[in-house]
Amino acid sequence: MADVITKGPVVTAASQVLAHVPSLARHGSKPSRELSKNPEVAAKFLASLRSFDQAVAYAPHQSYVGALHPRQLPARPWTDAGDGRASRFVAGGELMPEHEFLGLLAVLDGAGLFTVGESLADRAIDSLARHPLAKHLGLDLLDKARGDAEAMAAAKGGLAVHAGSEAVAAAMRAGDEADPSLTAEVLLENLTTKATATLALLRLLVDHDIDPASIDYVVGCGEEAIGDRYQRGGGNLAKAVAESAGCTEASGCDVKDFCAAPVPAMVIAASLVSAGVFERVAVVAGGSMAKLGMKFQGHLKHDLPVLEDVLGGAAALVQADDGASPRIRLDSVGRHRVAAGGAAAQIMEALAVEPLERLGLATTDVDDFATELHNPEITEPQGSGNVPERNYKTLAALAARRGDIERDAIAAFVEQRGMPGFAPTQGHLASSLCYLPHALDRLTTGDARRVMLLAKGSLFLGRMSQLSDGMSVVLERNPAR
Amino acid sequence: MLKDRQVIALGERDGISGPAIAACAEAAGASVAFVATECFV
Amino acid sequence: MDLDSQEQILKLSERHGPSSLVVIIGAPDPEAAEITAETVTSGDPSYAGVLAGTQLGLDVYHILEDEIRSEVPDEVWEDQIGIMTDVLDGSALGSAVAAMRAQAVGASGDGDD
Repeated sequence: MADVITKGPVVTAASQVLAHVPSLARHGSKPSRELSKNPEVAAKFLASLRSFDQAVAYAPHQSYVGALHPRQLPARPWTDAGDGRASRFVAGGELMPEHEFLGLLAVLDGAGLFTVGESLADRAIDSLARHPLAKHLGLDLLDKARGDAEAMAAAKGGLAVHAGSEAVAAAMRAGDEADPSLTAEVLLENLTTKATATLALLRLLVDHDIDPASIDYVVGCGEEAIGDRYQRGGGNLAKAVAESAGCTEASGCDVKDFCAAPVPAMVIAASLVSAGVFERVAVVAGGSMAKLGMKFQGHLKHDLPVLEDVLGGAAALVQADDGASPRIRLDSVGRHRVAAGGAAAQIMEALAVEPLERLGLATTDVDDFATELHNPEITEPQGSGNVPERNYKTLAALAARRGDIERDAIAAFVEQRGMPGFAPTQGHLASSLCYLPHALDRLTTGDARRVMLLAKGSLFLGRMSQLSDGMSVVLERNPAR
Repeated sequence: MLKDRQVIALGERDGISGPAIAACAEAAGASVAFVATECFV
Repeated sequence: MDLDSQEQILKLSERHGPSSLVVIIGAPDPEAAEITAETVTSGDPSYAGVLAGTQLGLDVYHILEDEIRSEVPDEVWEDQIGIMTDVLDGSALGSAVAAMRAQAVGASGDGDD
């Protein structure tokens, strides 16, 4: 029977990407509602968008794609401290400029709904043909998406995409203009999620030399929900992403839990591997177009650029123990029970303290806590404060109450075991998932022994409950190392 | 001050949540007329 | 503030009368607390919701202000708020909301409610 005893799950690789999409920023939920009300605000918004070079040089973006550990971020303001030597390509990740990304949308649009104008199509093909992933992208499909974008945008239910100027560069049309779940706006949102997730999965497979056909299952944990009027949020964008990335032997499903979804997705992936159901499971997430420009009013008020102009993507591979990669400790899973209470400290207690107590560990046995790592430079100007710092202070206060640390060591705990937020405000990506590439480094070539991933989700936003949710899991250095 | 008054609990996910405010208000003798929690991320 | 919340608050104010209502805010940031307090006293400063231009003049506090803390039994406070008093800047949050309260009293004159 020894052959049915499976080895514990590990995370072997993680990739993260950003698409810089200044022209899609106006289609974020907040700007799409506000800009039409006031032409002056709209003009200021458009004048405050960043160039691709600025987006590449922006230090938190380099942290997101894995090139710079968040504790190595320079002093703020990061908008002033851009590194001109920063590269768009890093090992396991990249930043993609808008014209390439719009080309990618055309390639990945399986329904023939996205039309690319001639000039954008030429530019995108020229650029993507030289992209390291070019042969995986099916660029011939981009040619098929060429057309009269202006006419498409002007047609009933059409949505114009302006790239770089006021000219219509591309357009989305509705899947069914009478179906509120299939409008051009909704479908563009879903397609951008699919494209960012696919780009991340391709980087994971290609950069780590993983055979796409070796992936058995793909678990999606993005916030977008795909479906039509009869099953809004019906789901399985994950399988569409698997298809686009050439994972021919994979199936998949979406895990929904608001911003918290990545941790349940990792835990489900690890459980499938641990139970021997599948050998290799990829966890993927795309970006949230709806959240672009969400806090633009605060940014404009403080004369900052519109900082929510990127869509994130993430992918990670979970498989059986390879004797080297960090282990996912399934006995460490913390969950926020219905009866646990919804106060911030009660949630943190349930997610961070309870599971460690169960394992006989102290909070000081965890080297890095990855929580909600929203970039504070984005949240503070809009009066939302520093989200990760508050999480770390709460955690440190609990650590002090338990006696793990002295009260005067709270600040040191926050500094040493926490980190500055660096993720775009796309909830699920910021929710600890964004730390995965760094966690893998720290637990292999670095000197960390344990990293806790901790995610929270605002379940109450759906109006079906006043509850929040959350989950945590500990990653541990492989004992064979 | 809270006793027998109607409380509107406007919580925030990242600070004190609506249900936590409501629990405090009820314990202080108020009725809770409305509970909301906002989330800005 | 959430547009739906604004509608609910307006309805409650019409149904119960402003003087029977107390708004308690849980925002973690003074600026956000101030905007919420302003919305239920002098009106929605963002002009997005139904409370835009509506001076409800409601009684409003931050949960961490002494006026509220002193009325909540210790055990409940410890359970629901507990260490968040160490995490959040109670005095800055309290001052932000108190300033709006004072301004609203000044603006509404006497006998408003």
